[in-house]
Amino acid sequence: MANSSIVLQESRYHHIKAMLARLRLDSSARLVVLVDKDGQQIAVHGELGNLDTTSLASLAAGNVAATGGMAKLIGENEFPTLSHEGEKESIHISVVGRVLLLVVFDDRSSLGLVKLRSKQMSHELAKIFLEIEQESAAAATTAALPFAGITDEEIDSLFSPA
Amino acid sequence: MTFINYASREINCKIVYYGPGLCGKTTNLQYIYDSTAPQAKGKLISLATEADRTLFFDFMPLELGTVRGFKTRFHLYTVPGQVFYEASRKLILKGVDGVVFVADSQEERMDANIESLYNLEENLRTYGYELNKLPYVLQLNKRDLPNVIPSQDLAVELQRKGEPVIEAVASTGAGVFDTLKAVAKLVLTELRKS
Repeated sequence: MANSSIVLQESRYHHIKAMLARLRLDSSARLVVLVDKDGQQIAVHGELGNLDTTSLASLAAGNVAATGGMAKLIGENEFPTLSHEGEKESIHISVVGRVLLLVVFDDRSSLGLVKLRSKQMSHELAKIFLEIEQESAAAATTAALPFAGITDEEIDSLFSPA
Repeated sequence: MTFINYASREINCKIVYYGPGLCGKTTNLQYIYDSTAPQAKGKLISLATEADRTLFFDFMPLELGTVRGFKTRFHLYTVPGQVFYEASRKLILKGVDGVVFVADSQEERMDANIESLYNLEENLRTYGYELNKLPYVLQLNKRDLPNVIPSQDLAVELQRKGEPVIEAVASTGAGVFDTLKAVAKLVLTELRKS
């Protein structure tokens, strides 16, 4: 495939979760979600409630893709941040390389604070994802992926109950 | 782009349903959604116009089961089929792991099928993908209508690389799961190779 897979090792995942927790605390946010630009949710931290974060991730990626398309039409490469302010709840999205840092916040915080804290975390995240990409590429070449030795029977077994 | 998470032991893949306007892409997803157990699926998100035409995309996450201790999740997307939504259509293809081309079997839609397939190849190329190298299934939809082209003739015109060709009537569900299984299997087989 032309597009490379992201392989997230357990230690990386916990490191990222800790970063999201820190951002949530520092920005007094309700929820922080890390999303791949293609719409896959990578990690989430905060007050989840009944929130469907899978749909949120997919829509956020669509939103960033659409505004990125608009940016290109007017001669910009992309819009690095997006904000949507509601009556009670608001969303701030920062584009960090191939991932999106999405913060959901209410009147316990402010857009300015969320913007500032997100920006501060962006550099650290960008660095980590660069390393994750290198690890993912290495994992793909060493046949260390969990599906590397999968048999036809195992694939078929997924479909047999349906 | 497949996303493998060792902490939550999940593998996520993206499948896109492509095809001309009104060929039945959303109907495919709707049928899968209606026929799947609640615990295996998430919400079906439809970004549609007031006239119920896809404006940006439909999306639903679907869990197939566990292989080697990893949950396999497929994120199913449709693109807007209407020609003037070209910019949005292209965006949905980013990071795709497998494609289903839903062809409208009606005689009068043949040109639209060919144009859409050509458009798919073009849009994939802008992301550096080649249809020939991507898990890909051709679905011949609307086989129940009176004015359809014989499947063999459609396949001659639309088949690109010996991909699975599946006859369907998405409105009744015929062929819908066969199509999904075919593309999911190709995606998983590709993962093994990579």
